[in-house]
Parts: sequence; C-alpha cells; structure tokens
Amino acid sequence: MERGAWRGWGQGLAAVIRPLIALAGSLLITFIGLTAVTFFIGRLTKIDPVLAVVGDKASREVYNNAYIALGLDRPVIVQYFLYLKRVVTGDLGVSVLTSQPVISDLLRVFPATFELATIAIIIGVLVGVPAGVLAGARKGRLADHIVRVTGLFGYSVPVFWLGLVGLFVFYGKLGWVSGTGRLDVFYEDIVTVRTGIILIDSAIEGEWDIFFNAFSHLILPAAILGYYSLAYIARMTRSFMIDQLAQEYVTTARVKGRSFWGAVWLHAFPNIMVPLITVIGLSYASLLEGALLTETVFAWPGLGLYITRALFNSDMNAVMGGTILIGTVFISINLFSDFLYRIFDPRLRTA
Amino acid sequence: MTVSLAEWLMDDRPASRRQAVLGNLYRGMRAIIANPAALAGLIIILLLVAVAIFAPVLALGRSPFAQDLAQRLAAPSAVHWLGTDELGRDIYARTLYGARVTLTIVFLVSIIVAPIGLAVGTLAGYLGGWVDRVLMRITDVFLAFPRLVLALAFAAALGPGIENAVIAISLTAWPPYARIARAETITIAGSDFIQVVVLQGASTLRILFRHVVPLCLSSVIVRLTLDMAGIILTAAGLGFLGLGAQPPTPEWGAMVSAGREVILDQWWVATIPGIAIFIVSLGFNLLGDGLRDVFDPKAER
Repeated sequence: MERGAWRGWGQGLAAVIRPLIALAGSLLITFIGLTAVTFFIGRLTKIDPVLAVVGDKASREVYNNAYIALGLDRPVIVQYFLYLKRVVTGDLGVSVLTSQPVISDLLRVFPATFELATIAIIIGVLVGVPAGVLAGARKGRLADHIVRVTGLFGYSVPVFWLGLVGLFVFYGKLGWVSGTGRLDVFYEDIVTVRTGIILIDSAIEGEWDIFFNAFSHLILPAAILGYYSLAYIARMTRSFMIDQLAQEYVTTARVKGRSFWGAVWLHAFPNIMVPLITVIGLSYASLLEGALLTETVFAWPGLGLYITRALFNSDMNAVMGGTILIGTVFISINLFSDFLYRIFDPRLRTA
Repeated sequence: MTVSLAEWLMDDRPASRRQAVLGNLYRGMRAIIANPAALAGLIIILLLVAVAIFAPVLALGRSPFAQDLAQRLAAPSAVHWLGTDELGRDIYARTLYGARVTLTIVFLVSIIVAPIGLAVGTLAGYLGGWVDRVLMRITDVFLAFPRLVLALAFAAALGPGIENAVIAISLTAWPPYARIARAETITIAGSDFIQVVVLQGASTLRILFRHVVPLCLSSVIVRLTLDMAGIILTAAGLGFLGLGAQPPTPEWGAMVSAGREVILDQWWVATIPGIAIFIVSLGFNLLGDGLRDVFDPKAER
C-alpha cells in the first residue's frame, strides 16, 4: 500500500483514539466526583454506620472493634480511598433490608429497569423523531402547534401523577392493560431467568401467554416514560430540521426536481442524524431517572423501586449503591453519546 | 416640556440608573405581554402568588388541617368542593394552602442556587487560569450527575423535611447557572468599561459585585424561570416519595402520594393536587420560553 494511504489510516485512527482518550479521562474524573459525593452523603447521614453493622445491642468492645474495622478512626481522605477501592472492586456493602450484598441485589433488579427504559426509548424515538420532522417541516402550521403543545405538556406534567391517572383510566376504567407489577401473580416464577428481561426470557421458552401478559403490564409504564423522552426528542428534532431546511442544498435539491418530502427525508434528515444520536442518548440516560418515580407508581421491581424501598428502611448501603449504579450508567451514556457525536461529525474532530 | 410616563420609560438616553432599570423592565413587560404564551404563563404565576397570599380567604373558612373521619374520602360535593382525603380533610383547602408550600420551595431554591452559580461562574470567568479550570471541572462533574437520584440520596441522608428537600435540590441545581455566569463574565470582562474600572483602581470584589454580577443577572433569571418547572417537579417527586414536606403540611406531591392507594375508587384525592402541580409548572414553562424568546432570540428552539 502507498505511504499516503497509511498516513490517512493513521489520521483516521488518531481521530478515533483522541476522543476515546478524552472520553476515558472525563469518565474517570466524573466517576471520582460521583463517588466523592456519595461518600460525602454517606458521612452526612445521621445513621451510625457501626450500629448498622453490629446492631444496637452490641457491647462497647464489639462496637469499638467494628469502628476500627470499618476504618472510621482513619483520616477522612484515607477513608475515601478505602471506599473508592471497595466500590471499584464491586463491594457496595450489604443491604440491611435483604441481607444480600448490594451489588448482587442491583444486578438482579437492573434488567427490569433496563427492559422498561428500552421499550420507553423505542416508543420515544419511533414517535418523537417523525413528529419532530413533521413539526419542523411544517413550521407554524397546525401539525407544528400540536407537536409543540404535546411537548410542552410533557415538560410540565409530573410523571408519578400521569402514571396514577394512566392506571385509573386504562386499567381501572377501560381495562385495556394490566395493573401494577411485571406479571400477574399466577404467571410469576414460571419462566427461568436467563436475561432477566421477561419479554426475551418468555419468548425463548415459547411461553407466549406469559409474553403477552408481561407486555400488557409493561406497555403503560413504558408509554408514560416514553412520552417524556418523546417530548424532548421531538423538540430537538424539530429545531434541527428547521436549521437544515433553511440551508441552500435543500433549495438546490428542490430546484432539481425533488419533491418537498423527498428533500426533507432524503436530504435534510440524513444531516440531522448525528446530533439526534446525542439527543437520544441523553434522553435514554434521563429515562433512568424517570424510571425511579414510574417504578414506584407501578410497583415495577427495578432499580427505582429498590432504591425507594431502601430509603424508607434507612438502608443507606443500598441507596448509595443504587445511586452509584444509576450515576455511572447515566454518566457513561452521556459521555458515550458525546463521543459518538465527535466520531461521526467530522467538523468536531479537533486537531 | 412634559413627557408621558411611557415616553420617560422608553427614553433611549436615560438620565439616571433608576430610569434605565425601570425602562428595561418596562420594555421586558411589553415584550412579554406581546407574546400570548408568555403572558399566559405570567398570569398563571401571578394567580399562584395570589392563591398563596389569599388562601385563608379563598378557602372560605375551610381548614386544610381539620380532620373529619366520618367524611373521609368523600366525593366532591357542595360542602367539600373537591372532596376529602383519607383523613377527611378538605382537598380544596389543602390544594390552596399547597400553593404556599410550592412558592416557598421555589423561592428558597432560587435564592440559594442563583448566588452559588453566580459566585462560582463569575469567579471562574473573571480570574481564569487554574481557578477557572478547577471550578469548571467541579461544575461539569455535578452537571453530569442524574439530578433526581442525587437529590434523593441527599434528602435520604439529611432526613425528610422541606428544608432538606430544598437543600438537596439546590445542591444538584446550581451547575447550569455557574456555566451561564462564566460565559457572560468572559464577554463582560473583555469590554472596555471594565478596563476603565480596573484603571480606576477598583478591587476585584468590587468589579465582580458592582459591574459583572448585575450584567449576568438577566440571563440567570431567564434560566431560573426555565428551570423552575423542573425544580417544582423534582420537589413534588421528593414529596411523593415521602422525602419532602412532612404531614400534615399540604404539599402537592405528598397529597398525590396519599391518593395512590385509592386511585381506582376515589380518583379525586390524587388527581386534584396533580393538576395543581401541572398547571404551575406549565405556567413557568410558558413564561420561561417567552422570556428566552425575548432576551435571547437566537436560542429559539
């Protein structure tokens, strides 16, 4: 191969590796920040960490030994590094509520949240992107106003309330969907847990009754959660579309005989795909947060319900572990979508 | 020669600082009134303030705290316009008094968040160098956090209560203000009049407080209005989870939570306070969007 080609490869590689290093760097710093904050929160709490371990009937001696074993006599900064070391090795302590290591609890409940958030983002993208394109292309027309108002409602309505009203209308009055939880009671514990995602697990075993039951439980919370990402995705898509349609290449395409919608979908749309990746990534990350309240309303046994249950039982290890997990996933998705943006958009490849 | 008040306000060469400030306010008001959505938002917020002030009058003698267990979970009627909750308390009165709680939270978060953001942002922007790098790193780290989850963890550690909810929300809400204040400060610090003040021998603190901060304020206030809906929703979410205002305080989020168990039979218990939350955050969203269009037409999205 010629030299020039190799240099081209090298530059291409550098264009990927540099942002990758930057990505790793910001991930690391933000993760250290996150653990520092959770550590700080852990020290704020009035719950005595020693009593949480030994119980309140322990003798003075047992208490003192536990105090030293937990490293509480060491300087704060040393305590933080010990804490960081434990977190990195996956040791998030033991949950008071379940008597299990927090990490295994989290791994058990995470698939439920993942399933909910993924279906929600699929709804958000499938509805939000076309709605945003439509609103941007028909700026100022009726369709645009409908999309904008729908989005504005999404920004203003409390998710937990919408969940309750949804349950009242679609489960209580109309009976279109199933109620709270992931499955009807008599379907529970039939399917072997493979991925933890019931839709997949039941499909693997061919248990279609369970599949449809799970779906009827999932669709309402997912649609409500999806509505929030839809509001954001549609708003951003609309503004990207307006920017692109004002460009001259669109006029050129129209002059060359492209139909209006042809120009929108074949010329403008490919150009908004890159920023859209970031927007979808951001809304996927924020779904994790929305899931917290939605899960509480729908008794959906995921991360959110786990954390809120732990809250009320002063199970700080579980709360902090859950916060770290959500925080890490949130940060990773955010930074990763930023990274993708840099890879795909040549203009942002800073030398 | 007499000038009308409107002419005095619209004068493009104000003779005093007071005239300039009032003139700007007047122009802003006119721009908002010309924008129907923003005007609707402003009216909703003014109504909220009015309801909070006149709650005892509007409640017509109904108490938000008086329990009447014989009348628990009563449907809306002539006596209890919006029904009663699980302890037989009048939901109409509780919703009215709830406006006070929401306004308190909004006010407290604003007066905590804006100064922190301004202090961090102006210092970073004006001093530059390593101060800037360190402060902005910290800001970025906080910005990358999931807000509700972090507020939840803070509230859990501090213990439930309205003050702690306010602190928890503030701790997670300040970073965008630092970003904005920094960006504004960098532009302002480069302008000639700051050079003049520096030559006059003004101290850094005086420059920041007397010259930089006042110019950053309008962007911070616009952003605060835009964020207010999010702050109200977060506060209501904390209340819903039981981490915000404690019983018997009539907080809307907690009231929705109280209606959870009976949503299928007594829908009004959860629905009414939820509508109140929705209307108020809609108001702030409308006004915020309008303010942004007025003050920053480029950012139209």
